[in-house]
Amino acid sequence: MFQVRIHGRGGQGVVTGAEMLSVAAFLGGKHAQAVPSFGSERTGAPVVAFCRIDDREIRLREPVMQPDALLIQDPTLLHQVDVFQGLGRDGYILINTNRGFEALGLGEFVKDFHPERLCTVPATDLALKHVGRPVPNVPLLGGFAAISRVITLEAVVAAIKERFAGKVADGNIAAATAAYNTVVREMEEAAHA
Amino acid sequence: MLKQTEGSHAVAEAVALCRPEVVCAYPISPQTHIVEGLGEMVKAGTLRNCEFINVESEFAAMSVAIGASAAGARTYTATASQGLLFMGEAVYNAAGLGLPIVMTDANRAIGAPINIWNDHSDSMSMRDSGWIQLFAETNQEALDLHILAFRLAEELSLPVMVCMDGFILTHAYEQVDVPTAAQVDAFLPPYEPRQVLDPRAPVSIGAMVGPEAFTEVRYLAHAKQLQALERIPALAQEFRGIFGRDSGGLVHAYRTADADTIVVAMGSVLGTIKDVVDELREAGVAIGALGICSFRPFPLAAIRDTLKGARRVVVIEKSLAVGLGGIVSTDVRMALSGLHLHGYTVIAGLGGRPILKTSLHALLERARTDQLEHVTFLDLNWDVVNRVLEREKTTRRSGSIAESILRDIGAVASNVG
Repeated sequence: MFQVRIHGRGGQGVVTGAEMLSVAAFLGGKHAQAVPSFGSERTGAPVVAFCRIDDREIRLREPVMQPDALLIQDPTLLHQVDVFQGLGRDGYILINTNRGFEALGLGEFVKDFHPERLCTVPATDLALKHVGRPVPNVPLLGGFAAISRVITLEAVVAAIKERFAGKVADGNIAAATAAYNTVVREMEEAAHA
Repeated sequence: MLKQTEGSHAVAEAVALCRPEVVCAYPISPQTHIVEGLGEMVKAGTLRNCEFINVESEFAAMSVAIGASAAGARTYTATASQGLLFMGEAVYNAAGLGLPIVMTDANRAIGAPINIWNDHSDSMSMRDSGWIQLFAETNQEALDLHILAFRLAEELSLPVMVCMDGFILTHAYEQVDVPTAAQVDAFLPPYEPRQVLDPRAPVSIGAMVGPEAFTEVRYLAHAKQLQALERIPALAQEFRGIFGRDSGGLVHAYRTADADTIVVAMGSVLGTIKDVVDELREAGVAIGALGICSFRPFPLAAIRDTLKGARRVVVIEKSLAVGLGGIVSTDVRMALSGLHLHGYTVIAGLGGRPILKTSLHALLERARTDQLEHVTFLDLNWDVVNRVLEREKTTRRSGSIAESILRDIGAVASNVG
């Protein structure tokens, strides 16, 4: 089972992101379960959502305590919430930011992680450019497809088409694809570093 | 058709396939997405011959449901928590009048303190109302139970409450197989009411019955539930024939055949429990689980039959009989009358506290060595409890417990955010 935890803030589409991730996994022939962690549902408040992906039926209903991957939609959460709780050194980390792990002050923390599993992607910028709104959730799914290979970009695109129509769908597809390509490039750079 | 969707949406689709004629509801989390979905289908014209009625309260929701059902319409509503309490008087009336309304209860805690999260306190408060209560383990079962519920309700002329864990199921995206309209039509014939209010042939419904016959009317309510005990397994079998899967039924036994220890529970927590059972089985522990799907009627014989070979029974329930212990476990003990085995009550998951595998492993370790208390509150924070008890002992004006606890643990209710 592959477990993903998405951290963000109310209004950033955290729950929608987890749901679309589960749809993409389902379209890829997997079992998937997406669940929000409900707290105070207010714009700007820290929000968490979970997605589990497996080859067989998922029965477990507890929150994701030991994620295999973290998608962090808002880097300001790093100073507010223990987002890395339960993450092992084999884990994947994808952060929505223009900066790198060193610049975020995470260099020491991630020094024993697999470098090709650590990526940052400017998902908000990509969303603003392609969708016209600062919603980083969908581009991060594109980035997640690239970094983890648990889902494909094609499945993300199909999940976008299931959720959105017209211009919004097109914009999100463009943003997800751009994020995917960014992460692929970063991983290649990390591999050659 | 297999699809990945939200539990609430899956239930809305199932209800629509049952061709309801009246849907009346008042929004309350976590059931809102279900009736929103139905409202959208009525508005879009994909759910035909159905009137969606916006009402001003839950009391009105159940009252409209009673009127619609008495007029011969297939009627559906949904609620949760305080909403169920608010409609409480009408809930009893719907059952007493023998009206086959189907209602989803998206299980949620009851205040005070206010809490929007999941436990089973709400539906437990109506367990003696005369409604049949079926508990869903997964979103697939929640979907299926609604189809079974209409069939069962209308056969017996009794209302059925389908209970599904709020948020944990209602807001979970998972894979469900949505049946075809032809399959549902083959299973669920058009509604043929036993009684109907018709201006062309006026009758009255809802007579006052005095001591001369009230006991008999109540006995018949009980007898109908006993009939349901026979019909629920039969309908589950018929369901399997048409839809090709097991859903509903009285109980679900999991690896119980040779089990020394059997965990009993209801609803979505059974998934986590089954994972724990598998892990313990791999370590050589003879353990199994028993899920109760039909809580009312309560399947005493089926439960006794499954549990009688065990040495100990651990009932894990999301409800609390304040001043006694468990609600489900009290009923389970009735099923075990005269048998010599250890019985443990575990209160867990109240107000949305997650039930973790690690906690269950620790709990079952203590159960297997019979070190468990008679009644256990899973993951209870004793420091917090003792601090309040100490404060009450030493200070007369100790203030409100809820606010004091929030202050103690560092989140003050009045300035969250």
